[in-house]
Amino acid sequence: MMFVKKAMGTVCAAVMTVLVGQSPMPVQAADTVKIGSVLSLTGGAATLGDPELKTLQMYVEEANKTGGLLGRRIELVHYDDGSEPAKANGLIKRLLEDDKVDMLIGGTTTGASMAIYPLVEKAKIPFISLAGATVIAEPAKTWMFKISHHDRMVGEKVMADMKARGITSIGMLSDTSGYGQSARKEMQAVAQRLGVTIAVDETFNTKDTDVTAQLAKMKNNPAVKAIFVVSFGQGAIVATKNIAQLGITLPHYQAHGSASKEYIRLAGAAAEGVRLPAPALMVAAELPDNDPQKQISLDYAAAYEARYKTDLSPFGAYTRDAFFLWADAVKRAGGFDKAKVRDAIESTKGLAGTCGIVTMSAGDHLGLDVSAFKLVTVKNGAFVLAD
Amino acid sequence: MTSLFLNSRWPGLALLTVVVMALPAILPNAFYVDVAIRIAILAINGIALNLLMGYTGQISLGHAGFFGLGAYGSAVLTSHFGVPALLALLASAAFTAVIAYGVGRVILRLRGHYLAMATLGLGIIVSIVLTNEAAWTGGPDGMAVDGFTLFGFTPSGERQWYWVFAVLLVGTVVLAQNLIDSPAGRALQALHGSETAAAVAGISVRQRKIAVFVLSATVSAVLGSLTAHYSGYVNPGLAGFLQSVELVIIVVLGGMASIYGSVFGAVIMGVLPQVLAGYEGWDSVAFGVIMAAAMIFLPRGVVPSLTAWLRSPNRRRGEGAAC
Repeated sequence: MMFVKKAMGTVCAAVMTVLVGQSPMPVQAADTVKIGSVLSLTGGAATLGDPELKTLQMYVEEANKTGGLLGRRIELVHYDDGSEPAKANGLIKRLLEDDKVDMLIGGTTTGASMAIYPLVEKAKIPFISLAGATVIAEPAKTWMFKISHHDRMVGEKVMADMKARGITSIGMLSDTSGYGQSARKEMQAVAQRLGVTIAVDETFNTKDTDVTAQLAKMKNNPAVKAIFVVSFGQGAIVATKNIAQLGITLPHYQAHGSASKEYIRLAGAAAEGVRLPAPALMVAAELPDNDPQKQISLDYAAAYEARYKTDLSPFGAYTRDAFFLWADAVKRAGGFDKAKVRDAIESTKGLAGTCGIVTMSAGDHLGLDVSAFKLVTVKNGAFVLAD
Repeated sequence: MTSLFLNSRWPGLALLTVVVMALPAILPNAFYVDVAIRIAILAINGIALNLLMGYTGQISLGHAGFFGLGAYGSAVLTSHFGVPALLALLASAAFTAVIAYGVGRVILRLRGHYLAMATLGLGIIVSIVLTNEAAWTGGPDGMAVDGFTLFGFTPSGERQWYWVFAVLLVGTVVLAQNLIDSPAGRALQALHGSETAAAVAGISVRQRKIAVFVLSATVSAVLGSLTAHYSGYVNPGLAGFLQSVELVIIVVLGGMASIYGSVFGAVIMGVLPQVLAGYEGWDSVAFGVIMAAAMIFLPRGVVPSLTAWLRSPNRRRGEGAAC
């Protein structure tokens, strides 16, 4: 009943707004600063958006407990785009025009981030995107920054490892999602550059429940010396299980989208021995003590798991890094002026996060190189460093 | 007095025009103007579908597909081929009309559930093509669209675009009402009542159905083109199944065979998600409850049910076509 009352109140407020032309929100005190966030909390990318929001909420609350940022309380305004980029485009107008936020963190998917960006540029507000595709940061866009590794780096890390093990001819299985299509193109380019032949290049739909047909082609082709699955979530798990079912013993690589405990839990024994690039976070305990990423990653993992009683995910970690990238820039800029904060983010130097050590420049709005990835393998149901 | 108000089409049109003219003055910021524009887009699409569904009785579960064809037609032609925006709009509309004619000739032979399935398939095919032809359409991530220049004038910002869509909305309402009150419109309503009876009365049932199908698709395509230029971004979701369902909801909730019903339905579908956006997780529940309640208590749609209720004291019969 409370909910109905509250909803009715909002309806009345909205009607009043249209009639009277006043914002329904109470006037914000000057001592708050607003982060606006559009995330995919429902729909296909919900497994990414959920840890992203939880992480953001956790750090905003934590910062407020210790007096906020530069003495101002942080307020988080977030909306769900339902994994629908067009909806994100509408919601961002609400954040910019109605909620009047000072900073944007979000855009769970590449589609949403790209749909948002034209409005971001018009509004001249700094925006840290959580999405994965290279296009977000290449070429660098004035007001948009990227936090997660490029898909190209995944290819570089994986194929460098293949070559180190003497593998130069592989079978690649990528999905047909936006991520899979973009990544597949990047992988083909990297393979050519590093001298790796993709002998069998197959695709599948992320909703497929069986990919043995594609895998059988790889099994029966003697040129295939390793299998590289470029996917995430359910698709990656189905492929992993099928590889085990077909009794394929070739080296098996996955992309960083599978770097979550969820993947190991759902793929079970089939995941044993799989090699993949992952953020340092996933193997934090194994890192040497003087590694600047170690303590940060352990702290994040402990705080997240204690608060939400669920396993951490790299997507939450990206959000953590985005929040601190912003907080660091604000401190250096000495205020919340949008242009100054943008300049400060761009001049970030050597900022350690869970996903890498960030050094940005005018031409590099990601600030990570391939060393930000650790090559890990699955051993006894856990990720361990491969080397 | 009431019956005069309810039976003439002028008071309704005057009211709509006044509201549309007054809105920009009272909307506090660009976000609200954007919501108003999105409502206008939904309303025009709703009216186009209502001509087909409400008046002619031919269900379409793939109407967003035509909207998507218009949007992507403009996006691809202007970005990949440098075609002027107006020409791209006309070409996309013509292309959509040809597709609708070709498909309509075949699937409008079907009735009821079979027609629903066929149109559903059509919409899904369009959305799959837009998703998979990534070289042209940008794939699932969509593509950016440039502004719209017409005779040297480029609308920019929500407030300028508002007038484009406002004029389009009022124009669509006027044209739709004219069509319905014309012999052609009466023919459509006749074949909704009984195709056999309409055929006996000398109406070429099949041609009329195809004509209204093509008209409806073309209006949506033109609207799709303008929407693509307005939002500066298209992705396959706008041609998807959920969008088609949303249009059907607008028609059914507002009222079948009611022009203002579609406008009202669009207002509800445009405003409700924004009002509920703050209640994460509960928004879908509340949305469902409101929809179910509307269908239980106002089964003919909101506007027809209310006009019938308003009429009942004057005319004890309380029946008749609304608006």
